[in-house]
Amino acid sequence: MLAIDVTTYGWTTALKTGVVLAVIPAAAIVLGYTFLLKMMSHMQSRLGPMEAGPHGVLQLLADGVKFIQKEDIIPDEADRRIFALAPLVVILSTFLLYIVLPAGPRLIVQDLDVGIFFALAVSSLSVIGVLMAGWSSANKYSLLGALRAAGQLIAYELPLVLAVIGVVVQAGTMSMQGIVAAQAHGEIFGVGTFGNPFILTQFVGFFLFLVAAQAELTQTPFDMPVAESELVAGYMTEYSGFRFLFFFMAEFGTAFALAAIAATLFLGGWFVPGVHGTAADVLGPLVLGAKIMVVAFLIFWIRFTYPRFREDQLQTFAWKYLIPLSLVNIVVTGVLKVVL
Amino acid sequence: MPQLPGLVKGLGVTFKTMLAGNVTVQYPHVKEAPPSRARGVIALKEENCTVCMLCARQCPDWCIYIEGHKEKRPPRREGGKPRTVNALDRFDIDYALCMYCGICVEVCPFDALFWTPEYEYSEPKIADLLHDKERLGEWMQTVPEPLPLEAGAAKKK
Repeated sequence: MLAIDVTTYGWTTALKTGVVLAVIPAAAIVLGYTFLLKMMSHMQSRLGPMEAGPHGVLQLLADGVKFIQKEDIIPDEADRRIFALAPLVVILSTFLLYIVLPAGPRLIVQDLDVGIFFALAVSSLSVIGVLMAGWSSANKYSLLGALRAAGQLIAYELPLVLAVIGVVVQAGTMSMQGIVAAQAHGEIFGVGTFGNPFILTQFVGFFLFLVAAQAELTQTPFDMPVAESELVAGYMTEYSGFRFLFFFMAEFGTAFALAAIAATLFLGGWFVPGVHGTAADVLGPLVLGAKIMVVAFLIFWIRFTYPRFREDQLQTFAWKYLIPLSLVNIVVTGVLKVVL
Repeated sequence: MPQLPGLVKGLGVTFKTMLAGNVTVQYPHVKEAPPSRARGVIALKEENCTVCMLCARQCPDWCIYIEGHKEKRPPRREGGKPRTVNALDRFDIDYALCMYCGICVEVCPFDALFWTPEYEYSEPKIADLLHDKERLGEWMQTVPEPLPLEAGAAKKK
């Protein structure tokens, strides 16, 4: 019996790994095409790519093929092993994020009891990869970009975590499925039909989470680590070919995952009112996908609108405004949780 | 937070721009008509050229190549001396060098050079941008009609 169990476990794990491996490039392509190529172009009064497929939908596939064909250049002075390993560490942190994202009642790789804690912990693994990339490149731009990234990602990790605590306090659980269930069973002034998305009570948390996610993703106005006008491409400067592609996929894969976390924590996740069981497994991913696109739209809208912060403004914003605000949010949530 | 209204306004600007139309013309599929007086390329009206070399000498880029020879033509009047005229053998403009200053068009005393709005004459090889007088002559068809003279202007006899 044990042998059968092991095989079943093996097959399930292989299937889940395959799904995650397929979802990340797909997510990167969907976000990259919809927002980076098309939305940005239209916000700049132009069309963007139009030739590869109808309205250029295959452009990113073509770009990916191009990156794979390119030479894998490692600078002479670089620390070869660390340099080669860094993009893998960055994309590994993205892969780990997908483990706890629920897309339906049963559509989750592993519903950990500490799901959201796990997600926030592994999302900061990418800092190590970024530092490895910057340090091993033997390039001053790479090093400066990596140091900026380290300072920024650690500074904004705090408001990100503190913003989530409000939700966790209100839901009473750290499990992602538990948080979805808490929103599904919630009531708005005694009306329980639509559940109670936490954005209604945790709108401050939602705002904090979005701002911190923007900084975690190093999207403009927080893109100092890759500021092209100052640092060429920051820690990615020396990378080419598929290693650069890994950084690109990690960036958009993480954007998708953080948008999914925001959608799950604040917008109700996959929950559709009145739909249960297998139907929810079918409808859930679609609803979650729509919510992800809404959150991603907000992230990229801000990205394409605002200019870059200065480094000191960035730190001031995190330490003097976001973190105190998130602490107040936690206190207020805690008090109301006890009182109400 | 004095910056807040400006930040919101900025978001509004990008959102409105996104929904408004775009200005891209998809060139190979859709062609934009250039203004009729656009300085696209220089055309040659060969019969007006007298091989005076003024254009070649004025050209700042030295991109005009002219060769000619002398010919005898019958006299205008009975019993006169045969006339000597310059015949054009070669008139090439190297568009890889030309900077479209138009000095040759300005300087030509016999109206042999004209601006035309034609612009589709790119070549895969840079040497192929040296266009000969047959090609320059073809572009004469695209030269727009000259503007009508002002009322009361003296007509040339």
